[in-house]
Amino acid sequence: MSSTHSPASVKTNSIGLERSEYVGSKSTLCTGCGHDSVTNHIISAYFESGVSPYRVAKMSGIGCSSKTPAYFMNRAHGFNSIHGRMAPISTGAFLANHQLQLIGISGDGDTGSIGLGSFCHLLRRNVPMVYIVENNGVYGLTKGQFSATADKGSTLKSGEINPFTSIDLCSLAIDMGCSFVARSFSGDAKQLVPLLRAAIQHRGTAFIDVISPCIAFANHEGSTKSYQAVREHLQQLQEMGIILPQEPLQVEYQEGESTQVELADGSILWLKKLNSQEHSLNDPSLAQKKLREASDQGQILTGLFHYNPHQPALDKSLEICEKPLAQLGEAELRPSPDHPLFR
Amino acid sequence: MSAINQFVLHVATVNGSGSQSANQVLLKSLFQMGLKVGGKNLFPSNIAGLPTWFTIRVHPQGYTSRLSHQDILVAMNPATWSKDLKDLKPGGFLLYTSEIKVDPTALRQDIHAHPIAFRDLVEGISPSVKLKKLLVNMVYVGLLSELLEIPEECSRWALEDQFAGKGSVVDTNWKAFQAGALYAREHLVGLRSEQFPYRVQRSPDSPCETSEPKVSGQRLLMDGNSATAIGAVVGGCTFASWYPITPSSSVMESFVHWAGELRPPSQGKTYAVVQAEDEIAAISMVIGAGWAGSRAMTATSGPGLSLMAEAAGLAYYAEIPAVIFNVQRAGPSTGLPTRTLQGDVLAAAYLSHGDTRHILLFPGNLEECYEFAQVAFDLAERCQSLVIVLTDLDLGMNLQVGPRFAYPQKPYDRGKVLDKEDLDRLEGDFARYRDVDGDGICYRTLPLTEHPKAAYFTRGTGHNETSGYSEDPEVFRRNLERLKKKFLTARSHVPAALWQRTEGSGATTAPRTSIGIIAYGSSHEAMTEAMDLLAQEGVACEYLRLRAYPFSSEVEDFLKAHQDPESPLFLVEQNRDAQMLSLLKEAFPQLACKTKPVLQFDGLPLEAAFVAREILSEVNS
Repeated sequence: MSSTHSPASVKTNSIGLERSEYVGSKSTLCTGCGHDSVTNHIISAYFESGVSPYRVAKMSGIGCSSKTPAYFMNRAHGFNSIHGRMAPISTGAFLANHQLQLIGISGDGDTGSIGLGSFCHLLRRNVPMVYIVENNGVYGLTKGQFSATADKGSTLKSGEINPFTSIDLCSLAIDMGCSFVARSFSGDAKQLVPLLRAAIQHRGTAFIDVISPCIAFANHEGSTKSYQAVREHLQQLQEMGIILPQEPLQVEYQEGESTQVELADGSILWLKKLNSQEHSLNDPSLAQKKLREASDQGQILTGLFHYNPHQPALDKSLEICEKPLAQLGEAELRPSPDHPLFR
Repeated sequence: MSAINQFVLHVATVNGSGSQSANQVLLKSLFQMGLKVGGKNLFPSNIAGLPTWFTIRVHPQGYTSRLSHQDILVAMNPATWSKDLKDLKPGGFLLYTSEIKVDPTALRQDIHAHPIAFRDLVEGISPSVKLKKLLVNMVYVGLLSELLEIPEECSRWALEDQFAGKGSVVDTNWKAFQAGALYAREHLVGLRSEQFPYRVQRSPDSPCETSEPKVSGQRLLMDGNSATAIGAVVGGCTFASWYPITPSSSVMESFVHWAGELRPPSQGKTYAVVQAEDEIAAISMVIGAGWAGSRAMTATSGPGLSLMAEAAGLAYYAEIPAVIFNVQRAGPSTGLPTRTLQGDVLAAAYLSHGDTRHILLFPGNLEECYEFAQVAFDLAERCQSLVIVLTDLDLGMNLQVGPRFAYPQKPYDRGKVLDKEDLDRLEGDFARYRDVDGDGICYRTLPLTEHPKAAYFTRGTGHNETSGYSEDPEVFRRNLERLKKKFLTARSHVPAALWQRTEGSGATTAPRTSIGIIAYGSSHEAMTEAMDLLAQEGVACEYLRLRAYPFSSEVEDFLKAHQDPESPLFLVEQNRDAQMLSLLKEAFPQLACKTKPVLQFDGLPLEAAFVAREILSEVNS
């Protein structure tokens, strides 16, 4: 099996870049923040996938999570926008230039509350981008208020109990017709890096809900998204990895226990079922059932829940031309002067 | 005595009754005769059953602005009948449906009233009850066309244009039209000399030969929103996002139509249109697209503009090209969403929080709707700014006649964008927010520029020259100063204000006094007539038409030239608070302080007589 998430063994990637060429500015987040781990996994995934940073646009809204695009791929243009509007700003950027590979980093406040409406509509439109929510159930930058993904009954540092139902962003994404829905944990490189690599290759919205604990405001007893609580309740749906196109298939698995998904660049995402959990990647009802069951048991189910590579992406739905709209000039855009409108 | 090419016709109906199509046929037939006809639709925020009015005006001087009293009234709505009747001029001509049960002797005796059994006249044309209800409208069109002596081929052209591609609809409506014309010939033509003096005659430039829709000779008939949309297509707009709202929806609907016609897709469309989930998303998409290098726009009206406020500030501080077409109306919420107003001037100028200031354009007619839509994209990219084009319901939705559009001669101004070759030449010496040229406008790069120094991290308020995060007070202050300088730079790029000396037509004696008048936007239509009315009263005007904010140098010159207390200065606006005057006073505290506002804010299009009356009472006091 390929073990591509050990960059130490590789100096340069398929386009001749070193991992150091995928880093960004120094993080200003709290030491121990889950988000910094996610940043590292993003760097690994883009480096290992051989994506040119020039082709990438890093998008975000507002919040601790939304700061993180500054911490990776500083050769890619980035846009730290306004609260809750990462989704529509990304939609516009993508349509202006559909050759851009967008990655958006949002938070549970940015996506789950103020930007919830636009999040849903981005999914309906299937805007090609990697859409990550760094989910810690709490507003960090405003110092510790509940977010909409905080579990009912969980507590703030002050002891205040959340009386409201939480929004499960993965369930919602599946309902909205999202073509790639996954969940992972910031501390799980083995799962998150292959997921990110698959997401990068996906031609549609690839949504990954990453549970990413807040060390400052939600790492206490009573928080259901503390490091300890997450580690105790994680339940993986699959084990996974990436096989590069040139590598032979050497996955060790029992017949019937694994699924292989061929990605756009020819590499393969392999998924091995765990704990005898049967799962189909294109069965939204089954995915919803599993998410609900895990949630009812207080478990955090991770893995790839839903995947449909055949759903038309927004540029196809809108039938836009091959040349990026941003690059069109007078020759393509000016009408004929012979039209009777003109004198 | 007959009145040639001079009448105001008012049709009072309920909406959803099909009268809109009929009225447009009448309007288009007059247009086809070469007349500068104007049509104003006063409609409710409702789909069917509420009162609606349509006014058609023809005048030898080309006046098309609203008048509150009419020559001819077609009364089809019993609910508004008594009030409608009050607005008919003495000596006026009334056609009313016989369904309005009224004792003829109880009617005003100073008018000529004729009940018409419209329902009976459409009997036999169609078996469909529903269709017959629609066809009664075409009966009054036929009847009036006969009385007005509109050439039959012009009516036929108009009908075919209105129902283009629907042969059987044309035939059925033509039968109804003929039924009305026949009725007029049999019952009304004999009364014409004493009751109906109105005639129309072809204008010399009115060939009936072209079958091109809405184009006659060198002239066009359309609403301002269509002209805006065509301007956006010609101006190279490639991305549009919007949320439906009256009265701006037709900007986007027209854009889709005209982009399809003028830029027929060979291998995919050269534009993307997204109907957004709300106006916040619409402007956000536009900002995303502008950031990535597309010419992007949204169209909205007051409530939507309010929702766009935060994103407008982002565009201001991150310096991202974006265009908003704001078709003003009364608001918020229910009440007068289908009435006109110039009520968003201040909201648009300062849209957002903190120190913000946006470039505004005020097109004053059809041609400028078309031209300023193109200018808006050039300005947005040149100044890396949000540009808000302010029209209103009157200009945007009502049908007007204008010249065919000038085909653009200049290439697009894509502004200061550095590509890979530029960066190679500069050896990578690029800082996104550095004022290299001293005009406040910096250079930008677009995503996907393959150079190690091309990328930058876009942020809102707090950033240094290289777009790095900064909370340094001095960096912040300096950036604000530069943004102010950039805004002042825009003064030399925006369309200049137009300064027009007018003696007015119809003046019989030398003027006894002279004044200055400033107006903008849709008010222009009524201003020409207002100044003629003033000239007839011995008041000569100098007229400045504002076309953009920040104000071009002509505005200051005009104010300086009108400081004489004997020659007062007026500013005509369609809002309560003299919003443009606030902007003028802020820009020119000394020069603008004595300007007297003339304000109409009843939701109706500006009336020339109102302007003249207000100014005369001030001048004579």
